[in-house]
Amino acid sequence: MNQNRTQARLRRSVSGYVFLLPAVLLFGLFAWYPIVNGLLLSFREIDLIRYTQPGYRPEWIGLDNFERIFADNLLRTAWVNTIRFAGLALLFGYLVPVILAIAVNEVRRGKSYFRLAFYLPVILPPMISILLWKYFYDPGSGIMNVLIGFFGAEPLQWIYSADTAMLSLVILWTWTSAGSTMLLYLAALQGIPVSLYESAEIEGASIRQRLFHITLPEIRGVMLILLVLQVIGTVQVFTEPFVMTDGGPVNSTLTVMVLLYRYAFERGEIGWATALGLLIFVVLVAFSGVYLFLTRRFRGAVR
Amino acid sequence: MSSSNVSSAQPAAPHGRRSLSSFDRGVISNMELRRPGIRAGYLLLVIVLAVLTITTVYPLYWMYTGGLKDSRELIQTPPTFVPRSVSVENYPEAWSNLNYSRYFTNTLILAAGALVFQFLVSATAAYSLSKLKPLGSSIFLFLFLSTLMVPPEAYLIPQYLAVVRVPIFGIRLIDTWWAVWLPRAINAFHIFILKSFFDEVPQDLMDAAQIDGARPSQVFLRILVPLSTAVLAVVAIFTVIAQWKDFFWPFLVLKSTHLQPIMVALYRLTNQSNPEPMNIIVAGLAIASTPMIVLFLIFQRQILQGITLTGLKG
Repeated sequence: MNQNRTQARLRRSVSGYVFLLPAVLLFGLFAWYPIVNGLLLSFREIDLIRYTQPGYRPEWIGLDNFERIFADNLLRTAWVNTIRFAGLALLFGYLVPVILAIAVNEVRRGKSYFRLAFYLPVILPPMISILLWKYFYDPGSGIMNVLIGFFGAEPLQWIYSADTAMLSLVILWTWTSAGSTMLLYLAALQGIPVSLYESAEIEGASIRQRLFHITLPEIRGVMLILLVLQVIGTVQVFTEPFVMTDGGPVNSTLTVMVLLYRYAFERGEIGWATALGLLIFVVLVAFSGVYLFLTRRFRGAVR
Repeated sequence: MSSSNVSSAQPAAPHGRRSLSSFDRGVISNMELRRPGIRAGYLLLVIVLAVLTITTVYPLYWMYTGGLKDSRELIQTPPTFVPRSVSVENYPEAWSNLNYSRYFTNTLILAAGALVFQFLVSATAAYSLSKLKPLGSSIFLFLFLSTLMVPPEAYLIPQYLAVVRVPIFGIRLIDTWWAVWLPRAINAFHIFILKSFFDEVPQDLMDAAQIDGARPSQVFLRILVPLSTAVLAVVAIFTVIAQWKDFFWPFLVLKSTHLQPIMVALYRLTNQSNPEPMNIIVAGLAIASTPMIVLFLIFQRQILQGITLTGLKG
């Protein structure tokens, strides 16, 4: 009996590994190995053409890759642009989904229409949205100049001027991403116990008070997480600046990911690109760390 | 509480969760809505929201009707709301001029492959981690999930190199479907969702089958998979959508134009020196968006549920 059970467990364990095998193999080849390899390759000089040859080992060059990219003026430009993009996206885009979700959640009839309508841009493939907005931003025939003209503003050059290109990308980014974030807030709002509102109402709390003392504190947790995720996401922005402006005009939308792409695939400096990838990772980890630390401290202070 | 508001809605979700469309009350109660002042404010809110939806609905309207207009009308400002020149033939013309048969087929091949590999990898792993639990399975779970902590862009280049020359095997996958299928098959998120769902399936069912002599593979295929069609469907839909939208990775690894999926092809077609006329391109954009819109409308419920279930995917 006992032996049977051990045997059954052994058999289950063996099949357990068999079922894990495909995942372990593919994670190993295309995630775990590359992640570790990224650390090592940033200290090596890599020749992409020779890379396919068996037995080729990239040469160890120490910190050379890092020294070279730090000497590159474009790296500074790219970080400044990336931080600008992330900052503007927070400024313009962070509260939009919160407000939309709270408003849509109040709607009694036609709620599913609003949810669908605000979610539409998320359904569109990003490439399509970008190409569409390229037409909208056309200074001559685009709808955006018609729209701002309606409010009495002078026509702008949008993505064709270094002054407004980044702002144009942020507007596009907010348009494409607000819908999915709104859904998450809607779900969080649905999770607020009705009794909280009811008792507050009986106690005589105004709508404003309920909003600021029940609704917002209840979704604060989600808001904090989505803040981090938004910053992490915007630092890695690539397709929008790459397709819409190709980093221009005059490098005004050159983000770190576009620079990484250029290093690797336009200049063939794979080592530089790997080093930059590592740098991006370190910055993001540092950001998350500082953020976690601050919010802990902050919350501790409140209590 | 902060770490889990998003995630706490997750695994046990099947029971007792309010659906997105059910409505008890919001900040404003139904009683209050009868008061004229609040009523007026509420109506104003609805009107503002309705006006705001123009910003998301109009671009799509512009795209579909723009595909019908002639080039002159398309660039006219302000744009015509109802097309004056209706040339329905723009759409078939876009299909053939942009060589869409080829690119649609390619996209479908990539999506179908992604689907197959996704199941081969995620469902099996989730089964093992949830039910078979071999020695050290928690370490593997940790290793899978840890890949979510590393932003994919940070290891983009090493991953690209792993496709240029696959470690151990030494094969070159560039310009083959495998270059997309294999790296895109790994998704720790999906393993996690499936595992949480499998965890809810009572162990008794498995044990009973095992006593009857069923092998683990039979338990998996005959019991677990049929019981999990709902969550498997969610994973399948997300996989297909992600594959349809994907641009950067296929753009990097599929350099031959005859292999490229639609999004990569669109990038190339709009960037070449002598592009097609704008109305043909716009019709092409409309065609390329349609499968996603149709898919969403059909599976709206699953997709919306999936998003709230998984927290952060879209």
